[in-house]
Amino acid sequence: MIKHLLSIRDLDADGITRVLDTAGAFRENMGRKYPTLRLKTVVNFFYESSTRTRTSFELAAKRLSADVLNFASGGSSVEKGESLKDTAQTIEAMGVDCIIIRHSSAGAANRLADWVSASVINAGDGMHEHPTQALLDLFTIRQHVPTFEGLRVAIVGDVLHSRVARSDVIGLQTMGADVTLVAPPTLLPPGVDSWGVRVATHLDPVLRELDVCYLLRMQLERQKSGYVPTLREYARLWGLDRRRAAMLPERALIMHPGPMNRGVEIAADVAEFERAVITDQVTNGIAVRQALLYLILGGPEVKEGGPDAG
Amino acid sequence: MPARAILLKGGRVIDPASGLDATRDVLIEKGVVADIGDGLSTNGATVVDCDGLVAAPAFVDLHVHLREPGREDAETIESGSRAAARGGYSAVCAMANTNPVADSAAVVEQVHNTGRAVGLVDVYPVGALTVGLEGERLAEMGEMFASKAGVNFFSDDGRCVQDSGLMRRALEYSRAFDAIVANHAEDAGLADGAAMNEGEVSGLLGLPGIPDEAEELIIARDLALAKLTGARLHVPHVSTAGSVELIRAAKTAGVRVTAEATPHHLALTDTLVASFDPVYRVAPPLRTRADVEALRAGLIDGTIDCVATDHAPHAREDKEKEFDKAPPGMLGLETALGVLMAELVGSGLLTLPALIERMSFAPARIRGLDGHGGPITPGAPATLVVFDPAQRWVVDPARLQSLSENTPFAGRELQGAVVHTMLRGKFTVRDGEVVHGQG
Repeated sequence: MIKHLLSIRDLDADGITRVLDTAGAFRENMGRKYPTLRLKTVVNFFYESSTRTRTSFELAAKRLSADVLNFASGGSSVEKGESLKDTAQTIEAMGVDCIIIRHSSAGAANRLADWVSASVINAGDGMHEHPTQALLDLFTIRQHVPTFEGLRVAIVGDVLHSRVARSDVIGLQTMGADVTLVAPPTLLPPGVDSWGVRVATHLDPVLRELDVCYLLRMQLERQKSGYVPTLREYARLWGLDRRRAAMLPERALIMHPGPMNRGVEIAADVAEFERAVITDQVTNGIAVRQALLYLILGGPEVKEGGPDAG
Repeated sequence: MPARAILLKGGRVIDPASGLDATRDVLIEKGVVADIGDGLSTNGATVVDCDGLVAAPAFVDLHVHLREPGREDAETIESGSRAAARGGYSAVCAMANTNPVADSAAVVEQVHNTGRAVGLVDVYPVGALTVGLEGERLAEMGEMFASKAGVNFFSDDGRCVQDSGLMRRALEYSRAFDAIVANHAEDAGLADGAAMNEGEVSGLLGLPGIPDEAEELIIARDLALAKLTGARLHVPHVSTAGSVELIRAAKTAGVRVTAEATPHHLALTDTLVASFDPVYRVAPPLRTRADVEALRAGLIDGTIDCVATDHAPHAREDKEKEFDKAPPGMLGLETALGVLMAELVGSGLLTLPALIERMSFAPARIRGLDGHGGPITPGAPATLVVFDPAQRWVVDPARLQSLSENTPFAGRELQGAVVHTMLRGKFTVRDGEVVHGQG
């Protein structure tokens, strides 16, 4: 298994499948505690506030019996001006096996991996990547479809600023899915033509052929910075409202990485549809992170009978 | 007691000023070239064997950051002078973005005097164009011009003068001294928050990018203003193919414009940023292969007049950061020759005499630095570089003279090594070692 997970590119299709298979075993026994990572120490190193991802990693590690340290930048040495490198080396000197980092700078996890000997898992770095989100999204999709091959997925919204979109596009493509990006022209990344995706400006024409409609979070800040005139207009042109949701094929999944802005990228009632698997994504996130920690922190190949049989 | 004469024996002497490119002996006495010819008699002179080496006018850099005053932990005038001499330079133009800013006669004189006291290279301060580099009101260009530093070159480098009206006045006013105005071309609105070149790579890495147009809009504007005012515009660190086109067209139209390109923009591309190592962060940013090719073509056809390094030392702790939090800038003085020999001369794109012209004669003439850039003729100051054009060496940041180590060429094999550098007849570098105690 890989030592670090900095980008979803670190895993090929077999690697992703292995994580998803392992996660499947954990998912079937959610809430069960495994002794696997006893005496291992995992630190949650969060430079950006995040309840969802941090607690997900914390639960995942604790259910594997690892010792978990939570380190947030607020009120810490970071606020006193300590550099990422110094802070990381200080934490490592305390003897940690794995550092899970969330940071506002693209590449922060890559930098960290150069400076420490522990394993590094990227829990979101700036606008770059969020590979565990991609894994949990793939896991959630796989719960509903037999194969990724030829699966038609639209990722809708602020692709430009989205680490989720970058990791999801790569992960989905690695597994054989066809990805369409739908966004206002101001919110598409430069060079997107080279991504091997289809790009559409408007949502309506693509909805009828989708297997998955993935909505990205739209931040208020984008209105202030002039990427869109108003969130109201964004909701009208790119939001998944009831009318648009009705255009989706019956079995199409509706996904969102959370936290949602109901009424902006997704209508409140659409988020409650049965095929909106948004809360499943959250639950699956724990299982996927368990699998990842298990595989990265030296767990042997998952054996018949579940992860604890190894 | 007068110093002994020195005879540089049997080197390939390349002098762009006189067009000389031949094996010659050069006799140096009392700081000047006493004689140049074939088989000159030794006559008691110290003989320096230059067989297989090239002797040329020492290099001139129109664009360096020496960090003194203010950031003497990153570089000092002394350490920067050592780096320059080691790189084969005899003159460097020190940018004004120090602390305090070089926007007054007092600061430019201090930089000038410290440079002279160190004595390894002539340090020519660049005066700030606006007070405190704030882009709001003109600095006292006349006072700096009249000072002992004799500043005839002004720039807010590191910052771009955004206000078109102010830029017009700066250019107009500079005509009183026939001074040169340079502007770091970066439109603020398009550059907002950017950490690298905008393009395919930035899109994948999720780093905010700066488009080519941020540079080209300002260059187009400045060229129009130079035409309007008849002033002398110098375009620093040209980085895009579009900028080269704009300058080429302006030159054809008779605008008084000169331009420089850096070794890193002539050699490296933005794909290096994928490592997220801030050693590759620089302003303007590394661009694409197509831009590199266009810059090379511009340097070859003379659209870009000269090479300047934009030597920008940064303390280790400032670069050991997240990519977008580290300051932009790269070392350049000690690697310029080796990079350009390897990339341009070694590959047959540029002749060796043409490279020397763009590193010595051309920049010296732009700023009017008499005594630098040649000629190598009897009576002229013996300000020379002697280098081995064939020697290959690998860049080790720890072995550079600079106090900082932020070279993007670490670990790379370069071609062409400086053996001796001489300033007015005195060795500043001899057999590859900096000679101390010049002052």
